[in-house]
Amino acid sequence: MTRKEKRNFIISFLIFAIAALLPLTHSGYWVSIGVTIAMYAVLATSWALFSGPTHYISLASAAFFGIGMYVVGGFIEVIPFPVLIVLAALIGAIFAAIVGLATLRLSGVYFVIFTLGLAEFIRQIMTWIQTTMGTSSGLYVLTEITESMIYWQLLVLAAIVFLIGWWIGRSKLGFALRIIGNDEMVASHCGIDTASFKVILFIISGTFAAITGAVLAPRWTYVEPTIAFSPMISFQVVIMALLGGMHRLWGPILGVIPFTLLWDLISGTFPNQTSLLLGAAFLLIVYLIPNGIAGLLENFVKNGSKDIGIDGDK
Amino acid sequence: MIEVIFTGLLLGGSYALIAMGLQLQYGVARIMNLANGEILVAGSFGAFWLYTGSRLSPILSIFLVMPLAFVFNWLIYRYLLRPLVRRAKSHGQLEVDSILATFGITFIMVGLMLAIFGGEYFNYSYLAVPFNIFGKPYALNRIMAFLMSALLGTALYVWIYRTRSGMTLRAVSVSSQASELVGINVPLVLALAFSLGGAITAAGGALLSMFLTFDASIGVVFTMKALIIVIMGGVGDIRGAIIAAFILGLAETAVASWVDPGLTLAAAYLLFILVLLFRPQGLFGRQSS
Repeated sequence: MTRKEKRNFIISFLIFAIAALLPLTHSGYWVSIGVTIAMYAVLATSWALFSGPTHYISLASAAFFGIGMYVVGGFIEVIPFPVLIVLAALIGAIFAAIVGLATLRLSGVYFVIFTLGLAEFIRQIMTWIQTTMGTSSGLYVLTEITESMIYWQLLVLAAIVFLIGWWIGRSKLGFALRIIGNDEMVASHCGIDTASFKVILFIISGTFAAITGAVLAPRWTYVEPTIAFSPMISFQVVIMALLGGMHRLWGPILGVIPFTLLWDLISGTFPNQTSLLLGAAFLLIVYLIPNGIAGLLENFVKNGSKDIGIDGDK
Repeated sequence: MIEVIFTGLLLGGSYALIAMGLQLQYGVARIMNLANGEILVAGSFGAFWLYTGSRLSPILSIFLVMPLAFVFNWLIYRYLLRPLVRRAKSHGQLEVDSILATFGITFIMVGLMLAIFGGEYFNYSYLAVPFNIFGKPYALNRIMAFLMSALLGTALYVWIYRTRSGMTLRAVSVSSQASELVGINVPLVLALAFSLGGAITAAGGALLSMFLTFDASIGVVFTMKALIIVIMGGVGDIRGAIIAAFILGLAETAVASWVDPGLTLAAAYLLFILVLLFRPQGLFGRQSS
């Protein structure tokens, strides 16, 4: 481990430690915001692990998230919660593997529509199963788990995602991915099995989305298909990751925090205008900041050091 | 049984029109417009507004909705999408950019329609009287929507396949570079195809609003349906799209009447998966095209 890596580790650890203190404020509002931020931090960072190098835009987050939530909702009365988390991870991984194997040879647009439809497809099937076989359209999740506990679980999850992202970055997998990201043709000529690398990344991001859904299930005492498989989750994940910047591991979180706060503000005051915000954010990313906030920051730092004559990381 | 087939075919007629609109945008202009469904819903709102406000028949309102949609789509293409086409270094870059930009347009349009009309469901009663075919009653508005779709679709088809100006469109869809070499004004044709596609889609929306309930955020459902049809029929293949539209209309009607109306989109999606797995080049497409 180099000195720089050690320094980054210590800084990250401190940030996580400070973030973990949030529930001590005993403010229900801030803990609730914290849960949302931590949730999207996990979702957006793991999404970027897949989409950053492959350039595939996946809208499947809601599908995996909902699956995780339904695993907990369906079995919470018979199986202990920690086992359910593992189960959700396994089911999410298997499902991601199937979807990935079937679709990752598709071109970009087909993949987008396929993943967008996936959550909607599962939602309709779930609603149909519940209304024809069961009695109600939802499931009760009654646990002793408080919002603060959910928050801490998500923080641990976020730390795991960061560790995996860091490990991928320095492993052979990460090296292969950088080549794929630059030019897939070159990568396949180098003997890199591009298809299986893509599937592995898709499995990683799908698994984390399923775990996130499972962890969050106790937050709503009543889980319905419209909550669990809401397409808005997928879109928000995409926009936050892109807004933050996908070329850095710490990029997406820079998008998650401001966007969550802004979203909360707007949905509180003008509930109908959240889609305008989403649309404006998409256009902003495409036309003005293609590298996200992380890209802006890096440019700023680079220019700043040039101005006063200091060479950066040489 | 016969009723399901007939209703399915009637629905398929409107779907075919919508798919032709997306076919023009994706097959010729090479832009996957994910805001396609919102243009359609805007057309529905236009027809609704004109009918409830000034008693204008939805069939006539098409002639107002289409030019407006044409101009609107022209502006979108000119000011939002062409800059992306110009700056794109590769096809993949353009694809990602146009997906994100048209998603942006989607959400802005949903937001605007929510702000103007609110979040309720809308429908209106126009020609909601039974009309007998082979002794079974069908709603007259569905039949009129089908006839109008057939008329517009045929006109478009004849224009594309039987006239010289239509031929330039086909030429650009085959190869824009070669078209440029033979003196076709490619940028103009691309903008024209995109705008015309939008106008056709909006007309489809106005026709569908005669018998379907809609709301401001339902557009994405129609985007998916149109895309499923285009992919099933084969990109750039209008005849394939028409047949695929009828297949989708039949499948949806069959599932809605025999299984559950809540599963129509699931049925469409299942068709989509089957096509992607077994015939990704489209029903009539050649391998590796």
